[in-house]
Amino acid sequence: MGHIQRFPTSTKSVATNPLKMSQPIGAALAFLGMDRSLPLFHGSQGCTAFGLVLLVRHFREAIPLQTTAMDQVSTILGGYENLEEALKNIDERMKPALIGVATTGVTETKGEDLAGHLATFRQRNPTLAHLNLVFVNTPDFAGGFEDGFAAAVTGIVEAFAEPSRSTVKGQVNILAGCHLTPGDVEEIRDIVESFGLTPIILPDLSLSMSGRQPDDFTPTSLGGTTIDQVRAMGQSEATLVLGEQMRTAAAALELKTDVRSLFFDRLTGLEVSDRFIRALAEISGRPVPARLRRQRESLVDAMLDGHFYTARKRVVVALEPDLLHAVTGFLADLGAQVVGAVSPTQAPVLEKLRAGTVMVGDHTDAEALADGCDLIISNSHGRQGAARAGVELFRMGLPQFDRLGAGLTVSVGYRGTRDLLFALANRFLAQETEHHADHDADGGGHDCHGGGGCGCSAG
Amino acid sequence: MSVADKVQEVFNEPGCTTNQAKTDKERKKGCSKALKPGAAAGGCAYDGAMIALQPIADAAHLVHGPIACLGNSWDNRGTRSSHSQLYRTGLTTDLSELDIIHGGEKKLYKAIKEVVQQHKPPAVFVYQTCVPAMIGDDIEAVCKHAAAKFGVPVIPVNVPGFVGSKNLGNKLAGETLLDHVIGTQEPAFTTDTDVCVIGEYNLAGELWQVKPLLEEIGIRLLSNISGDAKYHEVARAHRARVTMVVCSQALVNVGRKMQERWGMPYFEGSFYGVSDMSDTLRTMTRMLVERGAAADLMDRAEGVIAREEARAQRRLQAYRPRFEGKRVLLFTGGVKSWSMVTALEEAGLTIVGTSTKKSTAEDKERIRKKKGQEFHMWDDLKPREMYRMLRESEADIMLSGGRSQFISLKAKVPWLDINQERHHPYAGYDGIITLCEEIDKTLSSPIWRQVRTPAPWEV
Repeated sequence: MGHIQRFPTSTKSVATNPLKMSQPIGAALAFLGMDRSLPLFHGSQGCTAFGLVLLVRHFREAIPLQTTAMDQVSTILGGYENLEEALKNIDERMKPALIGVATTGVTETKGEDLAGHLATFRQRNPTLAHLNLVFVNTPDFAGGFEDGFAAAVTGIVEAFAEPSRSTVKGQVNILAGCHLTPGDVEEIRDIVESFGLTPIILPDLSLSMSGRQPDDFTPTSLGGTTIDQVRAMGQSEATLVLGEQMRTAAAALELKTDVRSLFFDRLTGLEVSDRFIRALAEISGRPVPARLRRQRESLVDAMLDGHFYTARKRVVVALEPDLLHAVTGFLADLGAQVVGAVSPTQAPVLEKLRAGTVMVGDHTDAEALADGCDLIISNSHGRQGAARAGVELFRMGLPQFDRLGAGLTVSVGYRGTRDLLFALANRFLAQETEHHADHDADGGGHDCHGGGGCGCSAG
Repeated sequence: MSVADKVQEVFNEPGCTTNQAKTDKERKKGCSKALKPGAAAGGCAYDGAMIALQPIADAAHLVHGPIACLGNSWDNRGTRSSHSQLYRTGLTTDLSELDIIHGGEKKLYKAIKEVVQQHKPPAVFVYQTCVPAMIGDDIEAVCKHAAAKFGVPVIPVNVPGFVGSKNLGNKLAGETLLDHVIGTQEPAFTTDTDVCVIGEYNLAGELWQVKPLLEEIGIRLLSNISGDAKYHEVARAHRARVTMVVCSQALVNVGRKMQERWGMPYFEGSFYGVSDMSDTLRTMTRMLVERGAAADLMDRAEGVIAREEARAQRRLQAYRPRFEGKRVLLFTGGVKSWSMVTALEEAGLTIVGTSTKKSTAEDKERIRKKKGQEFHMWDDLKPREMYRMLRESEADIMLSGGRSQFISLKAKVPWLDINQERHHPYAGYDGIITLCEEIDKTLSSPIWRQVRTPAPWEV
């Protein structure tokens, strides 16, 4: 690809059809990957309600999420009392193993001293010493979803990880960024375990957000990483860091434990998966299992079969930074042309992207870039713009409220990459065959008036 | 008038039956219950205002705040429009840290300008949220200036989330319409049968199940606030002869003040269930005739009622034997807590109990009248208790909003969405049949026996 237009200056004052979601929700999701945890937003009750609905619609799971319910008076005078009362109420009613507190725009604008709050709470409540707490600063007016997720993981590491003199043979840490679905995390665990390794995954959404069926009413997360596991991370042989967003957490972990880190910015693609598998073989000292060898052959075969349909296809991708990097990188691996890459927020990983235009923007920017393209890859909010642009929408990322199983799609490792390749190539294949046939048959009469109201994206 | 004064004023609402029973002192304290930090659920005032106003489909709805307020929440309700789709476009000033330091007024002004230029809306609603309220952005002044400059009504909706609940936001939205919209335009012509309906949001197209019947009787729906509404229709609502308030608790202030200012009487009614629907049509036509409409209006109404009731009864017959002995746990609020009870009993279902958390004293009185003192009414049914009831088979199906669905589904008990995210219209004579069909479909699904089967290793 020739010249890349990076960050065209935007003079817009209004964000139209925003791609960005705020930091606290990202933090909430990370906390939900901890066992029996309960995220708490320090802000007005609406901050929590919106986040809750968003996550419920995407995962189709109960989302434990609470609020300090700040009102006018506490907003002005300071919210420590609300925070303390909330922590006590939650402990009493739900007995969570962990409460993860995330600030919001309201409490950050006031400038609440979170570290001070934590110290005061500990001082005033010696009887609640058993309560595990992580406090993170996640202002709504800076950064976005991915930053909040990363901040929470860093907070968890800083609160609980401990150095250790001994090493447990075969134990590895995995820091899993939010570009990975609970399904991806499950797949990664399978791959790692197939080398005889014992992974500690932080956070582990595959144990909480993948359709668990609890025996009794559970007001907290249904599973996830335990605090004891985080404490034991110092005994691991290595830390596999998945996603650029996890670098800060990885640095914090390495600083505390001296366990060496290995970075993997993406796991979608043949060569990037090879690198991951090679690392696992080295750490474990074991040969690559036959199952993975077969899966690699299968992916190679899929690339041979599928490249006809993906080559030179013009695609616009609008996703959170690390997922944007994974998807645009993989599209480039397949010979597709990434016309535009739109990120909701600024992030270091954007410097790595290969696309005609790389920009921080909203769904309207993606819509404008998509003129004459073959596909838009974005979350469900992209459907209106895709319909107007007359371009098909391929759903990835969050939220996907009009599709089932969004949290369980797998696009990492040989098998996941193969499945994503088939899904993408099939859309292009269908465009080449079925769509034309449909239009020949009924005169192009698609019974939808645009706007994506019928849930279709063809327009 | 400041937000605080406005809030005080709506708390004093004399049209509200709860208020009528209070002392002056109690009234001053307001009607929003103090939220319990760590044990609160539900949206904020901004959320409530959006719910009430966003269905005005051709207007632009611009949210002044950090990304959380809109980015996490846009496009999440099923209100539908037969004309403009502009209301589905998410618009926000997406305030950043720098905006908060320098103040957001200029950015808001520019944003309004961009919205007017790009979308040419008949009006722009500007929603004030917590953060700009805290830093003292004067949105009223900005809106006034922008309106004068661009020649378009720019309406400030002053609803920072921390002032209170969703319900309060509904009321403040109503006040906004009274202050800035209703009465600002005149209809081309008026008739003796012009009505205004308040609090019907056309979720899943429900209004369209009712409107044809009104038209058949000869009633003109001059203005619906606010489902499928055009801005100018709302602005002309003051010429209606009679007002119907649908969701009693939320917008009764609008009905009463319209009566005070323009003299048209209002009544509270419901479109759910056969008998309530008929009652509504009878009351509406009677009141129109009392105000001077031709008396044969009532005959035509009776004709339509007789025909529709007979048809509905015939169709309900099919469900009655299937529903015999089936018990329903109803978990919703306001008008639906009593109107759904009637609707479901007409279909032969047994109602185990209903929640009254968001219902007024009048709503509760209606239930008591219908069901007697013995009937279960929960002001605050805890999720754990709900789960227990379902698990111990005290109900065969739960009808509720999306937020509590997993309590039912994880207990492996049938559930149906009757709140804002539902995909099917339940209003009117046809709606009750749709509701029965949906209930029957889920109750008789073959999955229930299968999902309750223990795993092979459990037996």
